[in-house]
Amino acid sequence: MNRFYVMLGTLAVAFCGLLIYLLKTNPAAPRAATEAPVAVLDDGFRGDTLGSNAAPVEIAEYSDFECPYCANFATIQMPTIKDQLIATGKVRWRYRDFPLPGHKYSRYAAHAAQCAGEQGKFWEMHDQLFYHHSWAQTGRNPTSMFRDFARAAGLDLARYDACMESGRFASRIEVSRREGEQRLVDGTPTFFVNGVKFTGPRPTSDAFKAIVDSLTARRK
Amino acid sequence: MTRHRQTIAVLALLGWFVALYLWLHALGVGGELKCGTGGCDTVQTSRWAEFLGVPVAFYGVVGYAAILAVALMGLQPAWLERRGPTVLLAALATGGVLFSGWLTYLEVFIIQAICRWCVTSAAIMTVLWGVAVHEWAVGRTHPRPTA
Repeated sequence: MNRFYVMLGTLAVAFCGLLIYLLKTNPAAPRAATEAPVAVLDDGFRGDTLGSNAAPVEIAEYSDFECPYCANFATIQMPTIKDQLIATGKVRWRYRDFPLPGHKYSRYAAHAAQCAGEQGKFWEMHDQLFYHHSWAQTGRNPTSMFRDFARAAGLDLARYDACMESGRFASRIEVSRREGEQRLVDGTPTFFVNGVKFTGPRPTSDAFKAIVDSLTARRK
Repeated sequence: MTRHRQTIAVLALLGWFVALYLWLHALGVGGELKCGTGGCDTVQTSRWAEFLGVPVAFYGVVGYAAILAVALMGLQPAWLERRGPTVLLAALATGGVLFSGWLTYLEVFIIQAICRWCVTSAAIMTVLWGVAVHEWAVGRTHPRPTA
């Protein structure tokens, strides 16, 4: 019996040590991908697009992956916009990053999307980040969730990991944010329809359809 | 009887540490879960991560602690031959295995993400339940004094 208690005590001590190890070894998200870069270089990239280059209307969206309004827009309005306006060739949609300063992992999420874009899967990652938005509501390090999203989006994980570690798109994201500032973006999501800021009460699929119909009717 | 309760005590101790790790994570201690995949975070940040406003892992901490306490009490000379701890352990383990089964169902069919720590806990609870029920069944065929 005494041997049993010695064994149980030994196990308890071992589990305690393991628990402390698990709680202490917590890899942080790479700073290169989470923070604004010190030196900003413009690589000429002007956002990922959806839709035909010949579309008569372009809508540019300045968005923040951590923003709940942006997630609502992406999951509720965007599917209808894709069906009614993008798939029909009326609209080309352009996504621009506008990470808000109060959001801890906005740049990190934007970087994950850019790393996916490098593999031709920006929109798949965009949807993963917005459709599984619980990562943005906890304030916890989302590294492993983003890796899961990358896997679900069909990315080569080794390339994705290397890209995230390098932070090579941090400048691109900062250029996009500065561009938004110059265009007087004051919140997310903010939209520009053929270069004109959308100032309607609510950015819904119906509102955009009305604007696009009016613009295309004028061209006829 | 002794072997059964010793086995249950060891399993409960192991399960208690797993539940404690998940509970501390739910409280924001330690940051990212060591999971191997993002499944743990998906599960832990889902709406099912809390039950009655309390992190699910907390029920595991309490449950495993209760099982450990009963198993250790049942190993005391005064209780060793009594059937009370056997019945109580079987009842607690049955509650635990049902709760684990429900959580596993949520992971697989509702959340559609697997948390390896949750699966580990469910496996521990299932083995523990098997041992507890076996002790109870052996006790029925070879009756001992009641508590």
